[in-house]
Amino acid sequence: MIEFKLPSLGADMEEGKLLQWHVQPGDTVKRGQVVAVVDTSKAAVDVEIWQDGAIHELRVQPGETVPVGTVLAVLREPGEAVTAAPLVQKGAPAAAPAAVSAAVAPAIPAISRTAAVTRPAVSPSARRRAKELGIDAEALPGSGAQGAVTLADVEAAAAQRSAGAAAPAAVDRQQAMRRAIAAAMSRSKREIPHYYLSETIPMAKALAWLQQRNEGVPITERILPAVLQLKAVALALKRVPQLNGFYRDGAFQLAAEVHAGVAIALRGGGLVAPALHDVGTKPLAQLMRELADLVQRARAGSLRSSEMSDPTITITNLGDQGVASVFGVIYPPQVALVGFGSVAVRPWVQDGEVRALPLLTASLAADHRVTDGHQGALFLAELRELLQQPERLAAAADTTKENA
Amino acid sequence: MSPDRQSLQTTALQVLRSIAPELEPDDIEPARPLRNQVDLDSMDWLNFLIGLHQRLGVNIPEADYAKLVTLDNVLDYLQAKLGAD
Repeated sequence: MIEFKLPSLGADMEEGKLLQWHVQPGDTVKRGQVVAVVDTSKAAVDVEIWQDGAIHELRVQPGETVPVGTVLAVLREPGEAVTAAPLVQKGAPAAAPAAVSAAVAPAIPAISRTAAVTRPAVSPSARRRAKELGIDAEALPGSGAQGAVTLADVEAAAAQRSAGAAAPAAVDRQQAMRRAIAAAMSRSKREIPHYYLSETIPMAKALAWLQQRNEGVPITERILPAVLQLKAVALALKRVPQLNGFYRDGAFQLAAEVHAGVAIALRGGGLVAPALHDVGTKPLAQLMRELADLVQRARAGSLRSSEMSDPTITITNLGDQGVASVFGVIYPPQVALVGFGSVAVRPWVQDGEVRALPLLTASLAADHRVTDGHQGALFLAELRELLQQPERLAAAADTTKENA
Repeated sequence: MSPDRQSLQTTALQVLRSIAPELEPDDIEPARPLRNQVDLDSMDWLNFLIGLHQRLGVNIPEADYAKLVTLDNVLDYLQAKLGAD
């Protein structure tokens, strides 16, 4: 038997509320399959199971808030025989009131909790739209099959709300998110001795290359400069791999792959930095598609657990807001954060002459317990050089691994 | 046959609202820069143009981005592209 526990989905997460199970006892599950939806202060996260097996028993019911590490379900391993009679699923959860311990759990109107065990089903598109609009989908009357809440129900509720007061659920989530961010950032500054470096990067070659490439493809296949930046960071990390990994229990652990936490500002406030996996090995076009999808789901509050727990380094780009540079706060247990400012035409000396060229300031915030300024400088120098050779960034599926 | 500017405006605002749901149609002053009135990053901007392309069939090359500062600029551009067909 295997215990499937609630994973930590970020440094600031201490508990989560189970919203929905996608499986029941008897179902076979595969590694990577989404089996449940858990609400954290930042998003409703699709939780993936990490191994193959068959569901034996569900231990936590929808509506319950439990600490990280709580056993959510018990699985039989592949090949393990069913012993005796299967345990009966935890009895009728007569309005199991969610253990509202810490103030982190967002308040949900009581009316939806006294409903039957099987919470009103909400279609994924309805859930996404509801999150975008700050509406509590589960509190709405459902017009779909078996009372399910559909996209049309959400749109109708939004239309009725019109200029009315902001839905209370949205405000609560905002507050919960702020508290989570406060906890994580305070911890970072308490525990991580940060050092900061910055470097000016000429961008004429990269931008010219990108414009030419984008002219030849349909608008839906255009690549943003941000994707070139992500790729350049992943490749530069080969030179200084000690910036990519985790510091836990007094020791640093190198990460084999680069899963970039992309800092995404949420409309109306708040920030998440979910992982874009394997940035070093994927082609640019694939990274662009996945980035667009990630941003859309982050803003709709619909992320996967692996995206919350896997970032090995964080990258933040505030260039669109027009700031010259950003010196960020490292997100524990990571050990570095790369920042990109806006591209601006400024005076620059090239071939002994002053020219007006597009320049960008890249910055590195790093954990001094793991690296020193020298290594940080080597990384930024490599980043600068890579952005002068956009063809290198475009080379498809980079399979060379030069990690020390 | 020139496309009706009002219907172009409605379409453009609908696409904008799908990206920035907090927006009310009356919020946008057509003569002021869009970026000052709506929080749009480069991904949002690209999605806005993709939305216009899908709804109106107009392709907007990157070289023309600089011309599209205000909503009026966008509508003028769209009218020119659609009217010329």
